[in-house]
Amino acid sequence: MPKLIKNNAIVDDSWQVVRLAEGETPESVALPDGDLIVPFKVWKARRADLLARPQIGVWLAPDETANDIATDLKHLKVVAIDFPQFVDGRGYSTAALLRTRYGWSGELRAIGDVLRDQLFYMHRVGFDAYAIRADKDIANALEALNDFSESYQSDVNEPLPLFRRRHA
Amino acid sequence: MYRYDHYDQAIVNDRVKQFRDQTQRYLAGTLSEDEFRPLRLQNGLYVQRYAPMLRIAIPYGMLNSTQMRRLASIAEKYDRGYGHFSTRQNLQLNWPTLESVPEILAELAEVEMHAIQTSGNCIRNVTSDQFAGVSPDELTDPRPWCELLRQWSTFHPEFAYLPRKFKIAVNAADTDRAATRVHDIGLDVVKNKEGSIGFRVLVGGGLGRTPIVGQVITEFLPWPHLLTYLEAILRVYNLHGRRDNKYKARIKILVKALGIEEFRRQVEAEWAYGKDGALTLTEAEVDRIKQHFTDPNWKTLVDESLVDLASHYNNKAFTRWLDRNVHPHKMPGYASVTLSLKDPKVAPGDITTAQMNFVADLADKYSFGELRASHEQNLILADVEKTELFALWQEAKDHSLATPTVGLLNDIICCPGGDFCSLANAKSIPIATAIQERFDSLDYLHDIGDLDLNISGCMNACGHHHVGNIGILGVDKSGSEWYQVSIGGRQGFNAYLGDVIGPSFAAAEIPDVISKLIETYIEQREGDDERFVDTVHRIGVTPFKERVYAGKERSAVNA
Repeated sequence: MPKLIKNNAIVDDSWQVVRLAEGETPESVALPDGDLIVPFKVWKARRADLLARPQIGVWLAPDETANDIATDLKHLKVVAIDFPQFVDGRGYSTAALLRTRYGWSGELRAIGDVLRDQLFYMHRVGFDAYAIRADKDIANALEALNDFSESYQSDVNEPLPLFRRRHA
Repeated sequence: MYRYDHYDQAIVNDRVKQFRDQTQRYLAGTLSEDEFRPLRLQNGLYVQRYAPMLRIAIPYGMLNSTQMRRLASIAEKYDRGYGHFSTRQNLQLNWPTLESVPEILAELAEVEMHAIQTSGNCIRNVTSDQFAGVSPDELTDPRPWCELLRQWSTFHPEFAYLPRKFKIAVNAADTDRAATRVHDIGLDVVKNKEGSIGFRVLVGGGLGRTPIVGQVITEFLPWPHLLTYLEAILRVYNLHGRRDNKYKARIKILVKALGIEEFRRQVEAEWAYGKDGALTLTEAEVDRIKQHFTDPNWKTLVDESLVDLASHYNNKAFTRWLDRNVHPHKMPGYASVTLSLKDPKVAPGDITTAQMNFVADLADKYSFGELRASHEQNLILADVEKTELFALWQEAKDHSLATPTVGLLNDIICCPGGDFCSLANAKSIPIATAIQERFDSLDYLHDIGDLDLNISGCMNACGHHHVGNIGILGVDKSGSEWYQVSIGGRQGFNAYLGDVIGPSFAAAEIPDVISKLIETYIEQREGDDERFVDTVHRIGVTPFKERVYAGKERSAVNA
């Protein structure tokens, strides 16, 4: 079974990420049984069917916003954010918004080009699960969550910026 | 100046460890070139034409003599015995090996320095006025605000992978010495009618391919909201800035596309959530930071006029230096001094390790052990007693640091250009040298007066050519190097982007072109006080253009 970093540990991943291959449409793509994380477009197109499943996850592309999924969060078990390339940083803002503005407290997973050297920032903006790119060493990636012992800013896990903690 | 506490030190130490590991993984092949590139750039490491280039951060230009000596020893040990001060108040080393960079960073960390976010698509080193804290025309010291911004922007988790680089400048004086109008965000520290401090916030300025003067997004932002407001701007930019074309990815393009009103509306809508949150600045924190920028132990001195000093020593060279390289100070009996890095024999901004060590000694001897780097690529001693100026001048002169040309045509701002930079279309340093050789008469230079001449080797505009009174841009025309000339550009509150005078020139033609521009100015100026840039704006570009191209047309006809 594929592995995932979740809550600072390496665990088995039962969820399958559905991606549209060339020529497939949100309406027609085959959806196997089991735990699926589907593209937001598929969710929109086949919401009623997907709601009938025991549990479902949705992933957002970089140009899909936290606001787009906000009203549906209550139906979801997993929200994932896709990084087609790790240098596209929109997902960091989307993650922070899901956590701080839209109250998402379930699993927030980074998928796609997810690499060790971005994990510390991802953790700080609210991700708690990381599907490390398959060709990379997941145990090595896990260490990155401890890259820094201190940060200046507040973040999703630390409500106070350092300047307020310095004076505490 | 700001000194690290254990938190600041821990963050910088962790970074050294992190980068050491990243470098090792790159060298071992487990981190690919594409994966490593953004990581090394966020540590100021470029891979250049001949060797890597490391850009070391000098936050808002401040450094002390210990740090300067460390830079000298690093340049000696890991480079070829010199460094280059850039237009963003940073220091660049042109020849370190990639393998040695973790060691260099470790040595920097020992003296509270780093190379964090000096490149890459993130928030860059904040820049400010080189006379901050001492100039008579400032409202308040901008450096505490710069330091607050430095801390907020350092390793900000949400804004490390922006669409493009992001530069912030802060100015608090009546004159804009920080080029705030050509930054992604420019901040003027201002007071409102009630006397409280806040910021006029400008957004979307920048040079590069699409030069634009920044627009005001808010006229008065009360200081407690500084970080929450900037966070809102950055979030709107991070989510909506273009990522499909790197030439259209700067915030200026987003602001232009949306219009300032719509951009402001989006920022204010975002700000409504963060306003008054935990990121709201507190009096306690601002006071803590301000404690780091207290006044040095200035003596109570009787003021001395520079005119009297000049007549006392009756030395023409010293008088010239007083005239150009010595600047007013808010305390009686003190002055600020520019140590010029514009010796015509070396590239603008370059400094040898011997000079670095010497400058550190000067700082200890004359200026409370502190130094500043200016965006004009010179160094500043901020607090010199006027009675010491003659002694200082004599010492500086012996080390080629007293070229008396600050603000004159020979005080050229120049990027490293095609001699070093892999982005450049053309060389820039030889052009600067040729101009400096042409204008080698100090009498003539002083007669010409204030004139900013800026040279960039490509349209990325590191030499700020658009805001030079004369701007020179290196362009590539089917494989050969050509130079486009613009005039009338200026920095400051009334920043203006220079107008291109016409078709570009070969390198060898440039000194003649500059001579013709200057001759035209000398003939046309009203009185001795009208500056070159003011003459250009009064009479327009045409008389200059006609003079420059007249010869060219004749030779074209003759040919």
